[in-house]
Amino acid sequence: MSSTKILSLPRYRWPGGVRTSLWFLLIALICLPFADLEISSLDPWSEMGRLLQGVISPQLMDSGLIFEALLATLAFAFAGVALAVVCGFLLALAFHHTFIRAICALTRSIHELFWALIFLQFFGLHPLTGLLAIAVPYSGIFARMYAEILGQVPKHPEYALPAGSGFFSAILYTRLPQAWPHLVSYTSYRLECGIRSSAILGFVGLPTLGYYLESSFSQGYYPEVAGLMILFYLLIATKKVWLRRWTLPLFLLGAPFFMGTGLPIIWGNVGRFFSEDIVPAPLRSGEANWQSLADWAGTIVIDQALPGVWNTLLLSQIALVVTGLFALLFFPLINRYCFGVAGRFPGHVFLVIARSTPEYLLAYILLQLLGPSMLPAVIALAIHNGALIGYLTGRNSNEIQLRPDAPERQLDRYFYELLPRSYPAFLSFMLYRWEVIMRETAILGILGIHTIGFFVDSAIQEIRFDVALLLILVAAMMNILVDLLARRIQRHI
Amino acid sequence: MLKILLRGVLLMLLTGAVNATPAFVFTAIPDQDETQLKQRFQKVADYLQQELDTEVRFIPVKSYAASITAFRNNQVQLAWFGGLSGVQARELVPGSRAVAQGVEDPVFKSFFIANTSAGLSPADHLPESLRGLTFTFGSKGSTSGRLMPEYNLREQFGISPDELFSRVGFSGNHSRTIALVESGAYQVGALNYKVWETAVAEGKVDTSKVQVIWETPTYPDYQWTVRGDLDAAFGEGFTARLEKALLGMKDPELLNSFPRSGFIPASNQDFEPVRKVAKQVGLLD
Repeated sequence: MSSTKILSLPRYRWPGGVRTSLWFLLIALICLPFADLEISSLDPWSEMGRLLQGVISPQLMDSGLIFEALLATLAFAFAGVALAVVCGFLLALAFHHTFIRAICALTRSIHELFWALIFLQFFGLHPLTGLLAIAVPYSGIFARMYAEILGQVPKHPEYALPAGSGFFSAILYTRLPQAWPHLVSYTSYRLECGIRSSAILGFVGLPTLGYYLESSFSQGYYPEVAGLMILFYLLIATKKVWLRRWTLPLFLLGAPFFMGTGLPIIWGNVGRFFSEDIVPAPLRSGEANWQSLADWAGTIVIDQALPGVWNTLLLSQIALVVTGLFALLFFPLINRYCFGVAGRFPGHVFLVIARSTPEYLLAYILLQLLGPSMLPAVIALAIHNGALIGYLTGRNSNEIQLRPDAPERQLDRYFYELLPRSYPAFLSFMLYRWEVIMRETAILGILGIHTIGFFVDSAIQEIRFDVALLLILVAAMMNILVDLLARRIQRHI
Repeated sequence: MLKILLRGVLLMLLTGAVNATPAFVFTAIPDQDETQLKQRFQKVADYLQQELDTEVRFIPVKSYAASITAFRNNQVQLAWFGGLSGVQARELVPGSRAVAQGVEDPVFKSFFIANTSAGLSPADHLPESLRGLTFTFGSKGSTSGRLMPEYNLREQFGISPDELFSRVGFSGNHSRTIALVESGAYQVGALNYKVWETAVAEGKVDTSKVQVIWETPTYPDYQWTVRGDLDAAFGEGFTARLEKALLGMKDPELLNSFPRSGFIPASNQDFEPVRKVAKQVGLLD
């Protein structure tokens, strides 16, 4: 038996990662003909010219207002993330319960802008709306990551605890100290995300930077837009300067004072939202039966959910692959084997700017320039996420020790050495990002691309919150499924 | 130090919950450029504050739905709504009433505008050649930028806008509709005739690139709507004084900022045609 086996020719097998990637590429190529990728703007260059003119002559509008908006952006980010850290940590301790896991999966699968739109309906323009819009999804995200980080630390110190030590002592004295650096670095990364989220919340009316960005943008005041954007980049780029161990408590304690006063909450509205607004219309009318409920849900699914899901899938699968290509193109920019210290600097600047610009904002800008189609959304998603993954992959590739016989020519070195050796890490970043891209794709619908967010926004504009909630839940289910799928694939590579 | 800060936080939470002095707050649908809206309604706020002798605030919002929600949630007590948003808001708030409208509002209309590259010319009905072009409404909740144009399109062509045009978008507001059709991002659009006329008069439109191709039959549009429970919150006779103040806006500068030539009384009944059309189009249940 064994002799025949030796004689048979060894068949070449593609590495698992490459096969997975080719599948994704194939799916994206199949999606391509169905996607609307037209440049419908007649003259994108003149608009682009006006935008660039704005960029070279940035202007700040009323500086008092902007300073307030800047503080509010930070305040919502700090307060929201802080609340989420506490809730997320507590949830992480109970993460072995399926119920807790499911709740966390649900809260994080709904985008913060959707949460904001939900809270707006009953809290109105009150600071609580912005605070919870960040805190609720981030709690779910923290719970999962904290649970993973705490689960990965070595268990040996626990065996040294005195007999009878409880669960909390074990966490406090053995797990937490070991996991601490990882927890801190992850939380700090999330804080940066929180600042981005907070800025974007302005687009639905909260008093953060996005509020003024949207105003200036929609009126074509590009110098003001540029001024605001530069301010935003400076804020993110100087994070290391103003965010220190001793300034953190100041930010946290100050946060509640700078979220603006908004309009007072009327608690009766909360009850009404849950007992009336989100109850499916046929159940409200009194003579409810299964038939009318099924008709109602059926119409929504066929007219809105299915087209929304279809477009979301098309767009996100294409965007995912383009993101990957961008990331593979970007990562050498900051790799030490490709460029010297000075040569890497522009790469770093580019990646910081690209990954600090929220997809939502990029898509908004590109939609103005290129006209309404999926193309601006694909580019926006790919630039932001490609820069992020490019940065992570680049950082990872700097750990590589070149083989002594590594090729001298840069291009050869990239293809024969850096690329294959960075690929597994790159692929796992991509799989992790898949769900994020899907979630963002859904939300871009608010800007007018017909992904599921478009239908959610329409339902809200028509004051049909039952429909909006149903569609939001559909979007959440998509994200949860993609998340599960991504983890399955990850395990099988 | 920490104690003082904690107390501060507590105090803030408490005052937020109790809300001692009720200010009179109003809002408006964000139907055109925000800077213009802010200027206009700040003037209105100053005027009302003077007439009513109470603190009056204007709160700008980012969407039509947000203005309806704020009104429904009693976070604002008065709103400048469009025909459709007014009907939606009054259905949600029993006892609320339309009290005043512009002289022009009972006979409002929409303009269909087209980029000259589309090769359409002005006519007394919408041309067949509209089929297959790209088209933008204003906001999803607009009367003159969405509801009435959609109704007229359905009446004339017997199919939905999605079937009629190759691409249908929502620009967000009337000013954006002009900008997008002028730039050619969409070939055709529909908007509030007042916003068009004002923009043309101010020289903000390149009429060699975009022109009016059709105007809709008239319909009732904008109005001031008040909640029914104002007297309970602000004292007996407050609603009557408010109505009087709204109808009494005579300052030409104030009127020009709308732009309206004056304000006349309105009733919920006046907007019955809008409600019927909204039901027919499927925007109301």
